Amino acid sequence: MSKVIIIDDEPLARSIVLEYMQEHKELEIVAECNDGFQGVKAIIQHKPDLIFLDIQMPKINGFEMLELLDHTPSVIFTTAFDEYAIKAFETNAIDYLLKPFSKERFDLAIEKWKLKYANNDPEKNLQTLLENTPKQPDEKNRIVVKNGSDIRIVPVQDVMYIEAYDDYVKLFTKDTYYLKKKTMNYYEEVLDSTKFFRTHRSFIINLQELTRIEPLEKNTYVALLKNGKKIPLSRTGYAKLKETLGV
Amino acid sequence: MYFVWWIFWAFVQLIVLHRLGLNWEISLIDASISSALLAFFCFDAVAIFYYYQPGKNNRAYRFIFALGITILFCISTKWALTYLLPSNQEYLQFLEKSMPVRFIFALLIISFVTLLNWMWNNIQDQKEKEKRQNDAEQLAKEAELARLRQQLQPHFLFNSLNSISALAGSKPNEARKMIQQLSDFLRGTLKKDDQQTVSLKEELEHLKLYLEIEKVRFGHRLNVKVDFDSTDLTTKIPPLLMQPIVENAIKFGLYDTTDEITIEILSYVKDNCLCVQVKNPFDAETQSANHGTGFGLSSIQRRLFLLYARNDLMITEKKDGQFITTLKIPQIKN
Repeated sequence: MSKVIIIDDEPLARSIVLEYMQEHKELEIVAECNDGFQGVKAIIQHKPDLIFLDIQMPKINGFEMLELLDHTPSVIFTTAFDEYAIKAFETNAIDYLLKPFSKERFDLAIEKWKLKYANNDPEKNLQTLLENTPKQPDEKNRIVVKNGSDIRIVPVQDVMYIEAYDDYVKLFTKDTYYLKKKTMNYYEEVLDSTKFFRTHRSFIINLQELTRIEPLEKNTYVALLKNGKKIPLSRTGYAKLKETLGV
Repeated sequence: MYFVWWIFWAFVQLIVLHRLGLNWEISLIDASISSALLAFFCFDAVAIFYYYQPGKNNRAYRFIFALGITILFCISTKWALTYLLPSNQEYLQFLEKSMPVRFIFALLIISFVTLLNWMWNNIQDQKEKEKRQNDAEQLAKEAELARLRQQLQPHFLFNSLNSISALAGSKPNEARKMIQQLSDFLRGTLKKDDQQTVSLKEELEHLKLYLEIEKVRFGHRLNVKVDFDSTDLTTKIPPLLMQPIVENAIKFGLYDTTDEITIEILSYVKDNCLCVQVKNPFDAETQSANHGTGFGLSSIQRRLFLLYARNDLMITEKKDGQFITTLKIPQIKN
């Protein structure tokens, strides 16, 4: 018996998945969720084998929800219309159902999942998908983070700097920091390059927080932030930063 | 007009020639023949330019052309007059002597006619160009209005179809009803023309269809309060201005919180404008991260500008956890 969770904010959209599932006796629906917050909780609690996930949902979208999970189950996306996401799906080996979808198409998705599920783990595919999906307009301005069971939406302008931390990054805000399983390259790519600057292999700073560039030793410099924190500047970082600031 | 002009010229020439000592008969023959020929050649010049317009790069052609016509005129005048008055030696001598003057005079007249013709043509071209430009602008404006009006949110359409698909299995009657509503709504979106206004009542019915569909999609999470009691429902307004604002309110209201929401829509009259206010709850935390008005509202802003040439007809504000969009539709009194 495999465990399944349906996450969609529209009740009728969930009910059609329920209806199509009735024939698949080997699958058991353990939870139905209205939004990403409930989704995260249910996934942690039930550890499902497969989830059906809508993309456009209240507060946080489907991709943002997946980013909050430490271990991701197999995902079949269900979406009405999302040109960016669909392009990403097509280039990654993950199935998606375009609403409205037929019973035949649904069954095919289940078959495909069973074949894949039998011989590899879904996590790797999903990570590539998340890295490669173009950000939706809303998503560029916020970062969704999780601290224990507390889910927060952090506006990007509140992030003071980002520091690399093994497989994670630490996002520092005024009062605290959040861990996120992403790469420095990812944030360098996604964040607005006129507002955020990569000073060093392991650091990205919010340019609004920068007050001074101070010499440390001969030919080495640090960036001083408003809160007094000193951020290392690499040699190329220093040259580029001067160029960006026009000094 | 052209004819009268030349009679006048013939008369002037007659007087001049008589003053120069020719008798009336000869003066009359000379004046009428040369004027008639000049009139003929000028007419020719205009006629030829009517069929052939030298391009901008060969303006000199016009002058060469005028010169040619003048030479033709002089030759034919001399020939005709010599033919008509062969016996009068004194006159023939006069004719011979006066040829240079006649030549210069004719050249001036013909050049002047060519110049006038050229100017007139230029003005015509200019007018035509302006008209074409106006037409093109008008067409572009209409096309833009049509496009903005019919900007259907594909999300709405596909999700509605998905809801219908879900209902078809369990509640076929409700599915049928929703298909009906969706069809009526789409028809309403497609048939409307910006140039024609519709009554507020008609718009309100269209809006209600939309709200019914959205309620089926979102179930109990969506509540709507509509209050149009204080306005005259026969008021005329441009079509499809309210619906995108409500759509935007629902989208932001529903995607901003995970709770049940209530959208309020009300109308009133102020400063000779029909005002429609749409309120939706929003979450300050999410909103601070999501600035921007979204496509729905910017397209309404653009339409209002195209319709009324004003940018102050839509106002958005945030108050007590509510996002309020106010639409002002100026009422033109008959």
